Amino acid sequence: MGSVGAKEVPVLLSPDGKRIDGRQLDELRSMRIVAGALHQADGSAFVEWGANKVMAAVYGPREVHPRHLQQNNKAIVQCKYNMAAFSVDERKRPGLDRRSQEISKVIAEAFESVIFVEEFPRTSIDIYIEVLQANAGTRCAGVVAASVALADAGIPMVDLLPAVAVGKVAGQIALDLKKEEDNFGEADLPMALVPQSGRLVLLQMEGHMTAEELSKSLDLGVVGCRAIYEKMKQALRDRYQLGGPAEGASA
Amino acid sequence: MTNEVTAEILATHILDLAREGRRLDGRAIDEYRKVTVEPGFVASADGSALARIGPTAVVAGVKLELGKPFPDTPNAGVLTTNAELVPLSNPTFEPGPPHPRAIEVSRVIDRAIRAAEAIDLTKLCVTPGEKTWVCYVDVHVIDHSGNLIDAGSLAALTALLHATLPAKRFGVAESDSRLDVRHKPVETTFVRLGDAIVVDPSFDEELACQGRLTIATDEASNIVAMQKGLIGAFSPEDVKSLAERAFHHGDRMRKLAEGA
Amino acid sequence: MGHGHRRGHRGRGPGGVPPRTDGERTLVLPGEEIDVRGLQPGPGTYRVEGRTYASVLGLLSRRPPVVRVIPLSGRYLPKPQDIVVGTVTDVQTTFWLLDIAAPRWAPLHMTGTPWKIDVGELGQYLRVGDTVVVAIESIDPTGRIGVTMLGDDLGKVDGGTVVTISPAKVPRVIGRSGSMIQMLSAETGCRIAVGQNGRIWVDGPADGMVRVREALRLIEEEGQRSGLTERVAGYLGSTRDPNDARGPIPTPTRPPFEPPSPLDPGDEPDDGDDEVGPAPF
Repeated sequence: MGSVGAKEVPVLLSPDGKRIDGRQLDELRSMRIVAGALHQADGSAFVEWGANKVMAAVYGPREVHPRHLQQNNKAIVQCKYNMAAFSVDERKRPGLDRRSQEISKVIAEAFESVIFVEEFPRTSIDIYIEVLQANAGTRCAGVVAASVALADAGIPMVDLLPAVAVGKVAGQIALDLKKEEDNFGEADLPMALVPQSGRLVLLQMEGHMTAEELSKSLDLGVVGCRAIYEKMKQALRDRYQLGGPAEGASA
Repeated sequence: MTNEVTAEILATHILDLAREGRRLDGRAIDEYRKVTVEPGFVASADGSALARIGPTAVVAGVKLELGKPFPDTPNAGVLTTNAELVPLSNPTFEPGPPHPRAIEVSRVIDRAIRAAEAIDLTKLCVTPGEKTWVCYVDVHVIDHSGNLIDAGSLAALTALLHATLPAKRFGVAESDSRLDVRHKPVETTFVRLGDAIVVDPSFDEELACQGRLTIATDEASNIVAMQKGLIGAFSPEDVKSLAERAFHHGDRMRKLAEGA
Repeated sequence: MGHGHRRGHRGRGPGGVPPRTDGERTLVLPGEEIDVRGLQPGPGTYRVEGRTYASVLGLLSRRPPVVRVIPLSGRYLPKPQDIVVGTVTDVQTTFWLLDIAAPRWAPLHMTGTPWKIDVGELGQYLRVGDTVVVAIESIDPTGRIGVTMLGDDLGKVDGGTVVTISPAKVPRVIGRSGSMIQMLSAETGCRIAVGQNGRIWVDGPADGMVRVREALRLIEEEGQRSGLTERVAGYLGSTRDPNDARGPIPTPTRPPFEPPSPLDPGDEPDDGDDEVGPAPF
């Protein structure tokens, strides 16, 4: 690829319909999920998705700090999405940034839509997502990891939450954008699906799409989510079927 | 820090065991938990490593970028170390600005790297007074079950030893090269449990201890940094004998970092 | 204890894939549909438009009149009459706050102790860091947990140590009719109080306490595999004092595969007529 700052746009779609990494338009990147990867957390999961590496941990339900945030009739759901300084090409300064804060909010709200929060009044369910290596779709990878972590923590929910970003590259709707496709494509649409109801609890979009392209994107995203859902369930079964702790992040 | 209180009987039990030369998890006084290190864990960094000591897990990433040297050292590159003790890693950590504990871990790891002259900073200089490499060492804790300093320093050293200077990518040279690491500092941490001083404290041992001492050594049996932390005391005799133990443990960690 | 269930039929989730079995119990995940077979949906399930789904990761359990999911992980969820081991985390004017490994701290009121205490004197009886054995009395609708220290075998503990395991593993530590805990206690010479909350108080000779801790770690990490009792007995036998002249460690001839919780007789294991064998496709 060109050097840092170069303006050359990579070829995102070859004449025979193959994407920059050889995938078909409706093909997901490879994914590996390890449930219970951490020891201290109540629940955890490690997700390797394409070149993304994301760790999620859940603590709770537990007492709320600071106390004034507590709700008398339900648990609050707090989420903090954070990127490690070395996770991106250009080092990211540690600390809060507005992008991470926004992502934290939409993810917290997605989960609050499926967690049975009324079962735990005056408590907090804390979700932490750390991106160790980023290659587009980190918020979706974070949702997938956090969802598995919540199940690992025994938190009652309507369903697991598979998530994926659909986009438009070289005028075509494509599933699961990688970095170059996200940077140089024409649209990006991350979404999270509740398989039990078929509804979306996370949905964002940026770019240019016609109504028809939107419709196609949503349909393709749902298909992608259902495939990811099976992987998430398998990761949990792998952990709990035979019992015993998982090997850890690099197993 | 959220309020997680330890049971006093557990702390007493840890001290009772130590009096008999035993530890909670069955280790000997001078025994580490299982140590593993995996270089290249993060492809987006110029050098990286995942280090584990028992259940404690830490990822270090080295990133090199071009920047301006400091005005008072125009011929030197810049090295900066930061440790993030993120709330993901332990129930007692809260989100927010760095706790003094995180700052201490950052500075202790940095001190050893700098004092040992692990990297010759003048070699990082590209154009004196104008352009230099800035070397960021970022340590990201992902599972805190005790002894973050040793895990962080091992991860940092391994990441440096396997780091590439992205000279070609930044248009400074024809090709990338290996980052030149001259010396290999490693930290060894002990805590006092009554009269016994044990190496590689677990999380419970850190809570029960009466003082912590970290000694950093290099491959030439020099001591390059020390830090006494937490509440408690060590005699000069203690320090001398701990230095000997630190050389031994440091050499073992160095081999892991190099040979990984 | 047969239940007369039909074999062979099992519920199908929305994806058409039947839930997998884990030995004699079916492992279910949140969102998976459950075939209630005419029973009432209970804890760990929810209903939408006439269909029942699991809400929590756990083992499906059908005990008429209720079908529920027993969580395999997660914090301790208090139930009245449970005995738990807790740590004092705060001292207030009329009550202490206890950490009992539940989602919330539990207040222990001064009147819930055998002592005659004046308001403001609580710190003289229990301090932060003390370990206590208490019983859950009540859970009110706001989630407030009522506990009491009035009762036999309840009170402040002195000495010993505390080991923490996942609450889901507590039935394994106790064993069928208490067999596992009795073996641990007899072999090590330790007194052991198992809290339903996964906190376990152990007191005895130093060596015994170390062996109990290791045996508990074995149970927690390998508790779902078969042959657990033999492996724990094996560990205890191999770590006996060489001067110990006792005979081999007795183990039950039929290993318990689903040990009951002593306070919930509804959890008595059946003969495995729920979902036995591989899923029929």
